[in-house]
Amino acid sequence: MAESENIVAETAEKIFADLADAQTINHDRQGAWKAPLWQALTEAGLPLSWVPDDLGGSGASLAEGFAVLNVAGRHAIAVPLAETMLAGWLLTQAKIASPEGEMTVMPAAPKDRITLAADGSLSGRARGVPFAKEAKHFAVLADGKDGVMIALVDAAKCRIASGIGLGGDHSDTVTLDKVQPVTIKPVPNGFDQTTLMLMGGVVRSLQIAGSLESMLDISVRYSNERVAFEKKISKFQAVQHNLARLAGESAAALAAATSAADTIVNAKSLDTDAVFLEAASAKIRCSEAAEKGGGIAHQVHGAIGFTIEHILHRYSLRALAWRDDFGSESYWAVELGKLVADRGADELWPLVASR
Amino acid sequence: MTAALRFDPIRLPEKCEQLRKEVRAFLAEEIAAGTFDPHAPNREDNDAPEFSRRVGAKGWLGMTWPKKYGGQERSFLERYVVTEEMRVANAPTRRFFVADRQSGPVLLKYAPEHIKMDILPRICRGEICFAIGMSEPNSGSDLFAAKTRATKTDGGYLINGTKIWTSSAHIADYMIAIFRTSPPTKENRRHGLTQFLVKMKQPGIQVNPIGQITGQFEFNEVVFTDYFVPDDHVLGEIDGAWKQATSELAYERSGPERFLETYYVLTELVRAVGKNPDTRSAEGIGRLVAQVHTMRRMSVSVAGMLQAGKEPVVEASIVKDIGTVWEQQLPHRVRDLAAFVEETATNRETLEKQLDFAIKTAPKLTIQGGTTEVLRGIIARGLGLR
Repeated sequence: MAESENIVAETAEKIFADLADAQTINHDRQGAWKAPLWQALTEAGLPLSWVPDDLGGSGASLAEGFAVLNVAGRHAIAVPLAETMLAGWLLTQAKIASPEGEMTVMPAAPKDRITLAADGSLSGRARGVPFAKEAKHFAVLADGKDGVMIALVDAAKCRIASGIGLGGDHSDTVTLDKVQPVTIKPVPNGFDQTTLMLMGGVVRSLQIAGSLESMLDISVRYSNERVAFEKKISKFQAVQHNLARLAGESAAALAAATSAADTIVNAKSLDTDAVFLEAASAKIRCSEAAEKGGGIAHQVHGAIGFTIEHILHRYSLRALAWRDDFGSESYWAVELGKLVADRGADELWPLVASR
Repeated sequence: MTAALRFDPIRLPEKCEQLRKEVRAFLAEEIAAGTFDPHAPNREDNDAPEFSRRVGAKGWLGMTWPKKYGGQERSFLERYVVTEEMRVANAPTRRFFVADRQSGPVLLKYAPEHIKMDILPRICRGEICFAIGMSEPNSGSDLFAAKTRATKTDGGYLINGTKIWTSSAHIADYMIAIFRTSPPTKENRRHGLTQFLVKMKQPGIQVNPIGQITGQFEFNEVVFTDYFVPDDHVLGEIDGAWKQATSELAYERSGPERFLETYYVLTELVRAVGKNPDTRSAEGIGRLVAQVHTMRRMSVSVAGMLQAGKEPVVEASIVKDIGTVWEQQLPHRVRDLAAFVEETATNRETLEKQLDFAIKTAPKLTIQGGTTEVLRGIIARGLGLR
C-alpha cells in the first residue's frame, strides 16, 4: 500500500474506531451512533472519495478509496459509505456533479433494467438496492434508445419498498415510474451495466475480505480467552485447525479482492478479459470465503456467537449479505465460465498467467 | 490485529513476459520433437536427462544464484515464470526440480566453498539430480524423531539407518539428509540432528524402489550401512539442523507446484465442453477458474515477499494448505462436470485417462513435503494459538 493510501485509510480507521465501535452499535437500539458517524465521514470527505474536486468530491484516488472500503469491511460499517462512493464514481463517469448526502446505485443486480423513454423519463424496477431507503439520491444506469446513460435521480420521486437484507441493513426494491432525472448524460465508450456490476462486485469483495479479517481476529482472541475442559480452547488441535482454515479463507479473500482492486486501479479500460477474470474471481472467491470462513468463526464461538448481544453476527451476516449484491457468486461463475469456454481451452492458462 | 496476514497484489515485472515467451517457445519445440506429451502427465519418461541438460543450457536452472556458481543472478519472480510454464506444460522436470528449488539453496547457504564450486555449476547445467532424505520408517511428519545415526569417525562420519519415501533416490546423484549426531536434550527435542550432503550410487547405500498406487515408482527406501561421509560434507551446524529451515521452506511451500499439480484436467474439461457450455458446466468451470486465479495471485504474492527478503512462513504455509487441498479436489470436481460432456467430444478419451491418473495422484498432494495437519499447526502457531 502506498503512503497516501495509508493516510486516507488511517483517517477512516480512526473515525470507525471512535464512532463505529461494534459493541456500542450493537447495544444502541435507537441508532444514535449513526448521525455522528456519517457527519464525521462527510467532514473527512470519504463518501465522495472517488469524485474529483470540480464535481463536488474530495478527489481521492481509486486506490485510496479501495483501501478505505477494506477498512470499512473490517468494521462492518452499516452506513451507506460504500454505496455513496460507488454512486459518486458512477456519476463521475458521465461527468455529473455529486450532491451532498447519502446515495446509492442501481441497478444492483445484473438482470434488472432501468430504461430511458423518449420523453426523458426513467422507468423500471431494481431489486436488492442497498440502503435505498436511507439515500437522498440515486446514481442510475439506464438503457436508452441511443445507448447507455447515467442519471442522477431524486430518491423522493421513486417508490421504495423497504426490505432488510441478511446483514440487517436496508436492501430495498426501487420502482421508477416515469421519473424525470435531475441530470442525465451518456456514458463513455465501452461502459455498460457489466462494468457497474464488476466495480460493485470488487467493492463488495473488499468489504467481505475486511469482515473476514475481523472474524479471524475476534475468533482467535475468543479462543485464547474461553476455557473448556480445563484449558483454553485455542489449545485444542481441532480448534487450531479450524482457525488455520479460517486464516486461509481470510487470506484468499484478501488476495483476490486486493488483486482485483489493483487491476481496476491500473486498467486503461475496464472492458477487458483481464478485468473480468480478476473482478469475477474476486466476487466468487470472497463469497465462498464468506460462507466457509464465517461458518468457522461461529463454530469457534459456540452458542455465544449466535446471540444478538455478541458482535460476531455484525460481520458474519454482512459478509453473507454482500455476496448477493452486484451479482452473486453463481452468476459470476456462469459468466466467467462462458468467457473461458469462448476463449477456448488453450487460451485459459495464458489468461491466468497474464495476471 | 492478532494476525496481520499480507497478500499484496504483486505483479510479475515486464521482463518476465519476454522470458515467458522464450520458455513457451522452447517447450513447444520440445513437444514438437517428441520429448514429452503435454496431455499425458502419467508418462513413464519423466526422467529425461537430455531435456534436463537443454533446460540448463538455456540458463533456467539455478537462475537466481551467483554467476560464479553457474547461476544467472536473476530474480525469484523470473524463476517463478519458468517453474509455472514447465508445470502447466507437464514438462519432465523430475531430474532437476528438487536441486533447483531446494538443494541448491541449501548448499549455497551451508556448504564449504570448494563443494559449492564443484556441485552448483553442475546443477545449473542440468547434469545432476538431488533427493531429500527426511522421513524414516518411524518418523515422517515428526521430523525430529529421526534415528538414522551419523557416528563420528576419522575424517568424517559413518551413517547407519534407513530413510524412506525418498523421491527420485533411484536416479539421484546426491541427497541432502538429516542424521542424528547426538541424542535430543530434555530442553529441546529438536536438538541433535545434523544436515549432510550425501553422494549417492556408492557402496554402503542401497536404494529399494517402492511402488505407488498410481503404478509409478517415484519414491524409495534408502538403506545406509556404514556409509562414510567426509567432514566437509556437513552442512551447517552440528546438532543444529532444526535452526536451518525457514526461508527455504517458504520457497518449498508456496510455488506453482503447490496448486497446479492436477491443473491439466481443467484445461481438458474446457476443451471437452466446447464453446457453448450449458449453465452447469459454465458455473463449474467459472468457480474452478476463480480458484486457480486466486491461488496463483497468492503464490505470486509470496514470491514477491521472498524476493523482497522477507520470510513469509505463515503465508507460504497457507498457500500450500489451501493450494494442495484444492488441487486434490480438482480432479473430483472436474469428474462431476465431465459426467455431462457429450459422447462426441473428440478429447473424451484423453480427459478420462487424465482423470484416472489425477484421481490416483490426488491423495499424495496433501501429504508430501509437509502434511495438511503439520501446515495447519504452523499456521496456528503464527496466529498465536500455540
